[in-house]
Amino acid sequence: MGKLNNTGMLDERKDFIVCNSQMKDKKIKCDTDSVEGSVSQRACVYCGARVVLNPITDAYHIVHGPIGCASYTWDIRGSLTSDSEVFRNSFSTDLREQDIIFGGEKKLEGAIEEIVKTYKSELIFVYATCVVGVIGDDIDAVCRNMSEKHGIKIIPVKSSGFAGNKSTGYKAACNAILDLVEDGDEPIVKSKTKVNYMGDFNLAGEIWILTDYLKEIGLEVETKITGDSTFRELKNAKNSALNIVQCAGSMIYLAKEFEDRYKIPFIRISFFGIEDTIMSLRTIASTMSEITGDKNIITKTEFFIERKLEEIGNKLDFYRNRLKDKKAAVYVGGGFKAISLIKQFRDLGMETVMVGTQTGRPEEYETIRRLADTDTVILDDANPTELEHFMRERGADILVGGVKERPLAYKLGVSFLDHNHERKHPLCGFEGSINFAKEAYESMLSPVWDIVREYRKSVGELNG
Amino acid sequence: MANRNLVNLNVNPCNQCMPLGAATAFKGVEGSIMLLHGSQGCSTYIRRHMAAHYNEPIDIASSSMTEKGTVYGGSDNMKKALKNIIKQYNPKIIGVATTCLAETIGEDIKRITEEFLEENQGFLEVVNLEKIVSVKTPGYGGTQYEGYYATIKSLVDTLAEKSEKDNRINIIAPIVTPAEIREIKRVLDMFKLDYTMIPDISETLDAPFSENFSKIPLGGVSIEEIMNMGNAKLTIEIGQCIEDNMSTGLLLQNKFEIPFMRIPLPLGYKNTKEFIKTISEISELPIPNELIKSEGRYIDAIIDGHKHAAEGRVAIFGEPDLVAGYTEFCVENGMFPVLAATGSSNSTMKNLYKKIQSKFDEEPIIYDDTDFQTIQEISKKNNVNLLIGNSGGKFVSEKTGIPLLRMGFPIHDRIGGQRLMHLFYEGGMKLLDDMINTLLEKKYSSYREVMFEKYYKGVE
Repeated sequence: MGKLNNTGMLDERKDFIVCNSQMKDKKIKCDTDSVEGSVSQRACVYCGARVVLNPITDAYHIVHGPIGCASYTWDIRGSLTSDSEVFRNSFSTDLREQDIIFGGEKKLEGAIEEIVKTYKSELIFVYATCVVGVIGDDIDAVCRNMSEKHGIKIIPVKSSGFAGNKSTGYKAACNAILDLVEDGDEPIVKSKTKVNYMGDFNLAGEIWILTDYLKEIGLEVETKITGDSTFRELKNAKNSALNIVQCAGSMIYLAKEFEDRYKIPFIRISFFGIEDTIMSLRTIASTMSEITGDKNIITKTEFFIERKLEEIGNKLDFYRNRLKDKKAAVYVGGGFKAISLIKQFRDLGMETVMVGTQTGRPEEYETIRRLADTDTVILDDANPTELEHFMRERGADILVGGVKERPLAYKLGVSFLDHNHERKHPLCGFEGSINFAKEAYESMLSPVWDIVREYRKSVGELNG
Repeated sequence: MANRNLVNLNVNPCNQCMPLGAATAFKGVEGSIMLLHGSQGCSTYIRRHMAAHYNEPIDIASSSMTEKGTVYGGSDNMKKALKNIIKQYNPKIIGVATTCLAETIGEDIKRITEEFLEENQGFLEVVNLEKIVSVKTPGYGGTQYEGYYATIKSLVDTLAEKSEKDNRINIIAPIVTPAEIREIKRVLDMFKLDYTMIPDISETLDAPFSENFSKIPLGGVSIEEIMNMGNAKLTIEIGQCIEDNMSTGLLLQNKFEIPFMRIPLPLGYKNTKEFIKTISEISELPIPNELIKSEGRYIDAIIDGHKHAAEGRVAIFGEPDLVAGYTEFCVENGMFPVLAATGSSNSTMKNLYKKIQSKFDEEPIIYDDTDFQTIQEISKKNNVNLLIGNSGGKFVSEKTGIPLLRMGFPIHDRIGGQRLMHLFYEGGMKLLDDMINTLLEKKYSSYREVMFEKYYKGVE
């Protein structure tokens, strides 16, 4: 192996990794492009845009490019709908060699014509992929012309894969949403009790749980961005009194734009874990009472929290007793999720020994460092080599992550919690917290690990 | 493009793209790691797609090209990536595959590779790397099927040499599951054949749990074996849909004068029989008792099942060779293949007509380059009662209520896709049972009600 260090970790990645308190003065490098050949867990600009916009249920999402981009993102997000199922389909212009040579604009026009003719569409998103950015198709012009011709909204999404990273895609999606919101020609009627919920994608019905919570404390959600939302709903977004931002990674840009353009303030919250759920409800209540001058909402909120806590009772204690002192490793997409997870594990008596994100922002990493234990390893845009190294070194009992990370955990004999966009049960709010603890318990204390231990022992004896 | 409902749109794709095929092929090479030269998303998507199907860690590096690389060329990105891969994985071989982006801006990966080797001589002396093999796989150039075969061809073209003739046989493996590759190898071993299987994903994409996890999975065909392929006495390509321009068998014939034969997957009776007969002739060994018994049991099973099978009206979809194989399986068991469909453009698909025609009183529909929206519409219109294919068909199943028996790639919504084994007599019996039981499940749960509705006229 000569000069190669035996951990296989890259020097170029050193600035992206800190051991919390031991490196108090070291700022973590984040929010930048991935290192070449590092095997980043991130996807691309297009992916960022697609995951944010895809949950808009009555939109036709046309991926303008070769088939792969559409194929790999077809129905990957488990966003549920109360209405149209159109968004679950994959539409692609399926560009071929000839189109790359002669340009794809005609095909895109044809594709839009076909959608208009075949379906009753009001809203179409057209995503630019890598090649479209290179061959120079003017998708703005195509969308504008077709939009005028058919009198429907057709929005180009600037998401060529190479033009930045996943966060750039979030911004492209936000710009597309702004385009749509601006278009709403109704006069702005400011409501005092209506809010927008930004950055929940209705995985396993989470936005339904959250809108119900808000209803309980007297608030109506005008627009959900984007879980289970519709074209009409999005056009009304500027009427709200407050923007509640959950997934800040994808939505903070949009919230700031709303503040500038429509003078709608925003607050950041997270409904993952009991602690953050309660804190979020209180933040929303106090902010709204300031806006309306009505203190009633605070009382209502406290009653609601009390009732929900009573409902939960000691259900979590069962898990707390069994999971105490276990060690968690976390590698997720956005910073807000990582922050909540540290608290959630702490609530179960567990320590988070490693925590990382794909697209965390500097201020989120500051919060993570404040919350995490002194020895916790914190890393941005990690790769499998680093995940393996730190999980082993810190003796993690469970990894939280997505589909790509799961097999790695299993191969290392580590249990796993799916906190990705494919999950089939809600993890938010009070009921989600119990699901979370249950899933962690079911994986960590599964009897299969006894067999694994036995197997390891027998193999060890065999090898002397 | 009459094979799709819409002309300019693909609605719900029935295929992935070339680089995924490249990844599958490179995964079957020992000590290998793949670099996708392009933007970051391609590698991540393919990793996710494969990890969800195989339940294995899938590490594929990306040169993570950004705007700068796109404008000025990505040679710096690719070289940095190669170096970082070596530092992290210390592989014996790196497979470099291109993407839409790299091909569109005209990246010369062969030249970049040569420059890299030239510029890093000192560094390369102290690492394991022996070879870098590149392949052109723009996503717009084809599906995973073509990407898979282009990669095998490139590996062999780059590495195989001629020295001393030996007695080995080159086996070009089809895209089937790791369990099926294991079974093909087991049968070949019964005939004591010396062979090189390329690629060999039997261990790498279905790795046993091990105390010592290896970042590059163990197993796969070795560089030495591939180099030696130029000396073999015969090449067997398993797959009847491989077109000549992607044929490694043909390449080896032209380059090294090695005779080659193309045989169908050993799926169903006729094709299994032919496969075994061929291998027996080549090895000059009789068919072992185990296979003879298994054949007899298979015959017993198809007799037991034939009346149930006759009720099957099947739509089959996936990669060309799977579609051809499963369609023939249906035909020889008396199930009518209403639709045989692949997302790849493949000129051999029409050969299937001859194998189906005149055996049923209906005409089958055979489509290449199609999509799931078309498959859904045809299945509904033609009273299909069984779908066979990958998880993409779950949509058709959801919307039409027709049950889906999963096979092929990807299988994301069920466990065990990597362990499916439908080949030879043993696998065929399992497949037949599963197909018939899927039909019976529906029949037994509904026939009482159906008969009641149809015939009960009430009491006067």
